[in-house]
Amino acid sequence: MSDVSWIDAVLTSARAQAVAALLRYFRDLDIAEEAFQEACLRALKSWPKNGPPRDAAAWLIMVGKNAAIDTVRRQRREGPLPQEELISDLSDAEASTVERIDEADYRDDILRLLFVCCHPELPATQQIALALRIVSGLSTRQIARAFLVSDDAMEQRITRAKARVAKANVPFEAPSAVDRSERLAAVAAMLYLLFNEGYTAGASEQGSRAALCDEAIRLCRLLLRLFPAEPEIMALTSLLLLQHARSRARFDMDGSVVLLEEQDRQLWDQKLIAEGLALIDKAVRHRRPGPYQVQAAIAALHARAQRPQDTDWGEIDLLYGALERMQPSPVVTLNRAVAAAKVRGPEAALAMIEPLAAKLNGYFYFHGAKGAFLLELGRSEEARVAFNRAIALANTPAEAAHIRQQLDRLARPSPHKNLGHTR
Amino acid sequence: MQYAILCYHDENVVSAWSKEEDDAVMAKLARVHEKLARQGKLGPVVRLLPTTAATTLRKDREPPLVIDGPFAETKEQLLGFYVVDCASLEEVLQIARELAAANPGGAYEIRPIGVFNPGSARA
Repeated sequence: MSDVSWIDAVLTSARAQAVAALLRYFRDLDIAEEAFQEACLRALKSWPKNGPPRDAAAWLIMVGKNAAIDTVRRQRREGPLPQEELISDLSDAEASTVERIDEADYRDDILRLLFVCCHPELPATQQIALALRIVSGLSTRQIARAFLVSDDAMEQRITRAKARVAKANVPFEAPSAVDRSERLAAVAAMLYLLFNEGYTAGASEQGSRAALCDEAIRLCRLLLRLFPAEPEIMALTSLLLLQHARSRARFDMDGSVVLLEEQDRQLWDQKLIAEGLALIDKAVRHRRPGPYQVQAAIAALHARAQRPQDTDWGEIDLLYGALERMQPSPVVTLNRAVAAAKVRGPEAALAMIEPLAAKLNGYFYFHGAKGAFLLELGRSEEARVAFNRAIALANTPAEAAHIRQQLDRLARPSPHKNLGHTR
Repeated sequence: MQYAILCYHDENVVSAWSKEEDDAVMAKLARVHEKLARQGKLGPVVRLLPTTAATTLRKDREPPLVIDGPFAETKEQLLGFYVVDCASLEEVLQIARELAAANPGGAYEIRPIGVFNPGSARA
């Protein structure tokens, strides 16, 4: 690795902690961000010559703080400033910062920073954009590219999000245990959204958007290091790892979606799978079940099956049943029906999804699954209607292409049995 | 004499590497490994999964206590280790320097091995 990319990795890894501490200090996202930028510029000048400091985050916090303090004074912002002697002497910057910022403090700092980005008042798209800008340090242009919008539109989205967060007034005191667990849940949900932004991208967009999956996993691991005994955070990390492990197998040469059952399992990343399995194992030991644990357990059963026919559909059916009780939703029932079709046949599965028709009428996967069940029952005409409806609702060209393949199979005399998750 | 070379690095930094950067480091290391293997000096090589996947059994009490995470909360974490067979500490240090050139950052701790049981588990 070259000097610069090595320093880049250090800056990236220190960013969340440093910006979080600067936010607590200045209580303003823009100032915290600018302070960090300034510290990075100085790091790029000083580190190649002097070598990196042992605690990069502490160095960046101290240098950023000093750099921003004049700006803050000029702007006469309210809020407590540190005593002069604490900030004027940079020589012992690391040691003094390390003494003052203990583990628990910076843990809550980072959680607060992440929570600010996924504040309940922000719509999902703003949450993710803000997190990528503030926590991950992506440029507005990079984020705009990932979301397929113009730079200006993304700039506006981020500015609006920042203004809303500033008004929301997230408290800076150490959170209570209840607040902390609520913040963790909100942050977990945001990280899952971020991951899905990357995951639902088609093959052609894989470059810019697949990176979102890596970033979501990196932030999950960071969160897990801060809260090592939270089974739901272990499970979310596990879930993302197990899904991401399949990424190389999910598209064929033409960019069409390859169904889970038809994927070349040799292409699954065994290292990510091993980590995912280890984490869900750890989570379950806590005996505090939750929705991410159930979803990770389902993903684990798929990952453990060497061949599609080795999949434990009975257990997956039961797990979706558990998820239905924890988080009732027509989409969960739809997924359960796919498993039920394997265990109890397509007729039972069709009966399960009939009541969902009103709620899921505009949902691509509903019509795709319905078509597949009908196809298996030999009800070709009805299957054709369902598949045509699915194509009309497809979110990506890849999804539409996949359904078209099913329609092609319909045209053939002996239809290939085809069911299962498209993802 | 057999030595363990314990590999320490700041895990936050290593997990900020892109897949391409990680692959590049592993490819450079592989070249060093091949050379050592040809010389008959290379024993088992282990890269550990992230410490988030770790569990610790504190056995200083009865019953022992199971804790999530690695044993030591430090700036750098134990991320893997090598076993090498060398005639002298100087030789191990030379190997460690070659590995370091392929994978800068962090530290290698060199520990002479007392008992080495290759075991029977498959790699």
